[in-house]
Amino acid sequence: MAETPVLQVEHLTMRYGEGCPHCKDHLEKNRCTVCGTVWAANDISLEVYPGEVLGIVGESGSGKSTLMQSLYFDLIPTEGKAYLQNYGEGKKNIWDASPLEKRKIRNNIMGMVYQNPVRGLRMDYSAASNIAEKIIAAGSRNAGQMTARAEELLEAVEILTSRMKEAPKNFSGGMQQRVQISKALANNPSLLLLDEVTTGLDLSVQARVLDLIRKIKAKYGISILLVSHDLAVIRMLADRTIVMLDGKIIESGLTDQILEDPQHAYTQQLVHSLL
Amino acid sequence: MIDSYNYAFLDEGSKREIRRSILKAVAIPGYQVPFASRELPIGRGWGTGGIQLTLSLIGPDDTLKVIDQGSDESVNAVNIKKFVKMCTNVPCTTRTQDATIVQTRHRVPEVPMRNDQILVLQVPIPEPLRIVEPKEEVTKRMHAELDYAPIWLQLYESLVKYGKVTISTEYPCMVEDRYIMNPSPIPKFDNPKLHEAECLYLFGAGREKKIYAIPPHTKVVSLAFDDVPFEKEKLQRQKMPSVRQYRHLSGRNL
Repeated sequence: MAETPVLQVEHLTMRYGEGCPHCKDHLEKNRCTVCGTVWAANDISLEVYPGEVLGIVGESGSGKSTLMQSLYFDLIPTEGKAYLQNYGEGKKNIWDASPLEKRKIRNNIMGMVYQNPVRGLRMDYSAASNIAEKIIAAGSRNAGQMTARAEELLEAVEILTSRMKEAPKNFSGGMQQRVQISKALANNPSLLLLDEVTTGLDLSVQARVLDLIRKIKAKYGISILLVSHDLAVIRMLADRTIVMLDGKIIESGLTDQILEDPQHAYTQQLVHSLL
Repeated sequence: MIDSYNYAFLDEGSKREIRRSILKAVAIPGYQVPFASRELPIGRGWGTGGIQLTLSLIGPDDTLKVIDQGSDESVNAVNIKKFVKMCTNVPCTTRTQDATIVQTRHRVPEVPMRNDQILVLQVPIPEPLRIVEPKEEVTKRMHAELDYAPIWLQLYESLVKYGKVTISTEYPCMVEDRYIMNPSPIPKFDNPKLHEAECLYLFGAGREKKIYAIPPHTKVVSLAFDDVPFEKEKLQRQKMPSVRQYRHLSGRNL
């Protein structure tokens, strides 16, 4: 692909501890046996292209969520750079942005759907207000427009608009995830970050949420960074896939290629355990 | 006047510190300036912020008016007046026109204030963002970064749930397009009186140790959406229904 990537991450590293000269050679999983530093993400580089779904798969503790939370400014990485096509003409590192710019990026350029809806939603506020929060943060002060947009997005995620005044705490898990998705889409972001969106949902609800994500991708042509430890989800949605283990990228390529012909021993084990 | 205490109760160093904080508050309208709130012979929460402002500003030529719970004759207003009179011997009045310093809670006087008058408001909770964020360090950062989305969201939630903004007192307002400010527990009916006023408004919160100010001719705008304008309470007197109307409305045969 010769296009400009929507997101480009270079050498993202997130470590908990000071680090030492022996860290590179003495890692047991992602922990240095000499100094005890934990390398949650270790030299991760990736690109997401327009309209593409990039899947990230790996076991718990492999650094998937660290990557996502760093991109959404929930965590500040130790090292690394990230560029967004729609920020500073793709030349400014987003982690060097001022707090005000970071807020603009969070609200206007990116949308995030957390694994746990409690992190992404205000459970006591109405579904409409949850969506409006993003719109308000982007600078709008027109209540009518916010309500119209909330209705449109709730319809898009198949939630009855008659329930828009209800608080998400009264919704089922699947509905809460759908409200999160509609909130993430509120300002037409160019990049959607989905962190284990189907984990904890039963199979029929999972299928509904995944189907919805497919529809959203088709309708809005949005780029998606999709994190999951479930290969079935990756197979269904991702165009390209990255496999992570112990904070590092161990394999990457087209999803079919990764699933049909895995090269790394861990990926092979992962694919076999699926079958 | 009791001579065994310093004039106006507080020592001169304390008054100077409070006056410096007032100057800073006047220089940055709407910004909450921290100050070292002193102990007073009145419990915190009973107007100690306002009293400290009054005591640090008052001089022998001043005339004081005190309103508490919207009345000059409430127990707290009478006690504050007695206390200030005891340690300054300044005359007290109930006429707004005659006062040079008006200390108040819950109301801004109906009579328009002049540029030679100061209105001191007693404030229980100075932080307008406290309702959406309990941590002081976070609200300070939110003010610094103009991150006021949560308070707008509060207004929007009220619109969604009730079809109108239901805040009746402490209605937040934006000062000079910079700081969102809590105008103390005055009814929103009084909010427009803060805009482009002739007098100096000073707000003191003794328990929370904060002072803020609205200098004369300052832009103070109550928060409102573009399509849902700010509305004052409607204080039209309603006619009581007659017995016949009451019977008809309630379906009861009295």
